[in-house]
Amino acid sequence: MELLLQYIVAGVTYGTIYAIVAIGFNIIYNTTGIINFAQGEFVMLGGMTAFTLKEYLPLPVAIISAVIITMIIGALIEIVFIRWLHKPSVLRMIIITIGLSILIRETALHIWGEGVTALPYFTGTSVTSVNLGGVFVSPQVFWAVGISSIMVILLGIFFNFTLLGKQMRACSANREAARLCGISTRNMVTFSFMLSAGIGALGGCIVSPITYIQYDSGSQLAIKGFTVAILGGLGNSTAAVAAAMILGILESFSIWALPAAYKDVVSIAIMLIILFVKPSGLFGNAAAARLKEY
Amino acid sequence: MKFAQILSALMFMVVVSVSPVLAAKDTVKIGALLAVTGPASFLGAPEARSLEMLVAGINKKGGLKGKQIELIIKDTGASTEKAVSFAKQLIDEEKVLAIIGPSTSGETMGIKKLAEEGKTILLSCAAAEAIVNPVGKYVFKTPQKDSDAVIKILDQIKKMKLTKIGVLSSNSGFGNAGKGQIEKLASGHGLTIVSNEVYDKSANDLTGEVTKVKASGAEAIINWSIEPAQAIIIKNARQIGFTGPIFQSHGFGNIKYVEAAGAAAEGVMFPAGRLLIADVLPKNHPQKTVLVNYKKDYETKFKPDAASTFGGHAYDAMLILQKGIEKANSLDKEAVRTAIEGLQGIVGTGGVFNFSATDHNGLGLDAFEMLTVKNGKFTMLEQKVEKKAAPKKKK
Amino acid sequence: MSAKFIQIFGFAVTIVAIQVFTQLTDSSFHLTQFTMTAYYSLLVIGLCMLIGYAGQISLGHAGFFAIGGYMSAFLTTHNLAAMKGTPFIALLSKLGLLVERKDLYGGELLAFHPWSACILSVCTVLVIAYVIGGPVLKLKGHYLAMATLGFGIIIYRIVLGTSSLGAADGISGVPGFSIFPGVMIGGSGSGRILNYYVAWGIVIAGMTFLLNLIGSRVGRALSAIHGAEDAAEAMGIPTANYKLRVFVLSAGFAAVAGVLLTHYNGSIGPSEASVMKSVRYVAIVAIGGMTSLWGAISMSLILNYFSLRGSFGTYDDAVFGVILILIMLFAPDGLIRKQVLGDLKSYLKRIRSKAVAS
Repeated sequence: MELLLQYIVAGVTYGTIYAIVAIGFNIIYNTTGIINFAQGEFVMLGGMTAFTLKEYLPLPVAIISAVIITMIIGALIEIVFIRWLHKPSVLRMIIITIGLSILIRETALHIWGEGVTALPYFTGTSVTSVNLGGVFVSPQVFWAVGISSIMVILLGIFFNFTLLGKQMRACSANREAARLCGISTRNMVTFSFMLSAGIGALGGCIVSPITYIQYDSGSQLAIKGFTVAILGGLGNSTAAVAAAMILGILESFSIWALPAAYKDVVSIAIMLIILFVKPSGLFGNAAAARLKEY
Repeated sequence: MKFAQILSALMFMVVVSVSPVLAAKDTVKIGALLAVTGPASFLGAPEARSLEMLVAGINKKGGLKGKQIELIIKDTGASTEKAVSFAKQLIDEEKVLAIIGPSTSGETMGIKKLAEEGKTILLSCAAAEAIVNPVGKYVFKTPQKDSDAVIKILDQIKKMKLTKIGVLSSNSGFGNAGKGQIEKLASGHGLTIVSNEVYDKSANDLTGEVTKVKASGAEAIINWSIEPAQAIIIKNARQIGFTGPIFQSHGFGNIKYVEAAGAAAEGVMFPAGRLLIADVLPKNHPQKTVLVNYKKDYETKFKPDAASTFGGHAYDAMLILQKGIEKANSLDKEAVRTAIEGLQGIVGTGGVFNFSATDHNGLGLDAFEMLTVKNGKFTMLEQKVEKKAAPKKKK
Repeated sequence: MSAKFIQIFGFAVTIVAIQVFTQLTDSSFHLTQFTMTAYYSLLVIGLCMLIGYAGQISLGHAGFFAIGGYMSAFLTTHNLAAMKGTPFIALLSKLGLLVERKDLYGGELLAFHPWSACILSVCTVLVIAYVIGGPVLKLKGHYLAMATLGFGIIIYRIVLGTSSLGAADGISGVPGFSIFPGVMIGGSGSGRILNYYVAWGIVIAGMTFLLNLIGSRVGRALSAIHGAEDAAEAMGIPTANYKLRVFVLSAGFAAVAGVLLTHYNGSIGPSEASVMKSVRYVAIVAIGGMTSLWGAISMSLILNYFSLRGSFGTYDDAVFGVILILIMLFAPDGLIRKQVLGDLKSYLKRIRSKAVAS
């Protein structure tokens, strides 16, 4: 029983990490219809920048600065590479964002070198754990779960109750109509890149003590993020969180049955099956899905 | 029209690429195939830095036999096909005296045959025993044997009177080789493997794996990997309340992993070359001077990067080559190769090398020292405190 | 017909010219990298057919390459001598599928003959491509990209996690492949020129086949699909069927390339299955102009050659990333076109007019 719970805790830890990346994908996808293949790189940039800044600043300030810096980078990327393209095809956008992800990764390699970096635990040390009836949980897991929950709630408020959020949603619903209503769709796209870069960077800082960050961590995380975003149904952040938890727990239990080296095979195979059977995602609305192209 | 353009582009390319190699100057050409980028960059990058440093030093002192060394480092990105392509390039085209590297076992195995056929000395920086067993006439390697590292650990576990071990290894060549050795040698030491898990080398969190090992009733954990994941393992093991001793492979020999794991690294035991404890080594130890010098040079030159045993492998390779050339007093491949086979008592960073026609590694069990982590630093494992590695109390 | 013939002939002349040039300058070692390039080019033209003519992206073609290469490597190196007595092995050996040879150190080895291994591997890939192609090609856009990427990652993970495939070390000691008596695909220095011609001969054969295909009914149907799939469907073209056939065809090209390069190198490692490899292939097709087989093959020749010679140093991946972005931003229809200059002019004009307007 305790063992079972321990596996679930491990699964929730994985799930939280995946969810943060998936939310970043969804924000950009919603406003632009682009899947940003460089999303994982934002996570990496956040973690790495915070690690560098930590030398000069107290930890919370370093994290906030890292998030802001990554947001600026996100905005710059959008302005330099995407903003001025006129109705780019999906294929073109996929290739551009893949190119960006390679470029960011290689730049990080030449800036920070090949070493691993880890921020210190927010509370306690790497061996601290809370014993909940025989189940051991690292306090960082609480931080991760806590911060991501707050993030999801804040995003919900932002998109539903603020003008800017409503404008962004309008863009995703119908870009032309939004533009006719006087919303600057271009600015909304830039803003969505900033927002998802910020979320990615914050995620990178939170998970850095748990997973460590190095120059090539991004693509690993991105792949899991995609999987989860697709499982939940592209564009739906709440569903992505639920899908992330399911996948995390499934992966954690898959260690029972399969050699752990095949863990990724399991999760990606699940994604493929979902794509083949129900491309709108586990929680997608079949009726709405019929209107979309897969 | 379009086709003519393509054709001219092709012709242009040919002219550019096949531009005649500049007339050979009077230098000694030495090639290096190192995984400076890519998934094994944590090996290749320090190796490349060490090699450049050592070669610059030798050149400043007048080079080899009065000739300057021309070092050609090729970045393989840890991919076998590039290693093959570059090895052919170095052998056929550059006609190098010797090749240092590759960094990984897979690449080395891929070009072992090429070095034999091309009669070019290959000094591999990879660990797998298959590289020198069966012995290839021209192939040497500098890292210590995996089996010796395993024996060191198993001896220690035996001393601690434990019988059940849990084995974890990463899905890299390094992890795979170590796992194989443990499986082969465990029963001979009266140990049973109660759990044997392979995890992904780029894993983010390994709580699931260690939970499984803990549940299997393992009294000690041996982890065999060379990637950052090994720091995650010890952290997760301590977090879920595993209190037994944790052993790591010699791949743990990088202080960055200790820093990353923080308090969890305390008490971890692992076999390693003595580079990591160069400062506390007794003065009369034969390796003392070599180690302290290498560490000092490296760390002043590449600050804040700390010297790791990986860079030491490339350093040793160059050192052996240098000694071989000095002994042969010639720059002929064949003469140097024979000279290396006869080298005895060469003090390198990995240990004291004694080569022979049948031993192209030259290192024995004594190349390893059992180390542990104390207050965030590597120290020698004192044979008295071997009851338990005393993990920190849980809250 | 004649234009096509002239193109192929011109290309063949270029190939011969390169060889003659290296011979004259006494630098025939360059042919090693050109030969490796040839096999990658074989994959690239297959992929170009899929992306450019059928309009379907694949981020998983390194997977097909790796299945072919790994399977052939495994079959030709896995020693069956221990199982010699079993009826199955006896049957295989009676059928002439097996061959006995000596390894590098004189040990006896009973393994599959390269020819039988090659055919088995390629057939396996065709079957896999056919099976997954059905559901995968129903997807579009991002979903198609993700599904093929997922397939590539699965293959990479399996290769990396399976110890009988050498895990991270890959398989080495793969024997040469003597396709005919006296014609051996293998890495020894003496067969360098022969290997070069064999490799490019295969590429030219593949190219001829594809060019003929494009000119045929199939090719016209494909271009209809690329232009407007729904319209094509309405015109009675079985679009799904055509897409699947091209997908299987391009997987077959990848598999043949994988098998032959593995025999040429004598080894294969998991890096051949990595996602970065798949991305590179797509990059080359994109740079070559998506719908131009000649563009793809010439870009493959240039980029692979320089990459394999290590000309980009530690910036190998970065170079591909930069080229990819630049091409997609400024010349999404590829580099090898007449209109490149015109595009640049109109682009500058647009900027200027914008500046004037504001």
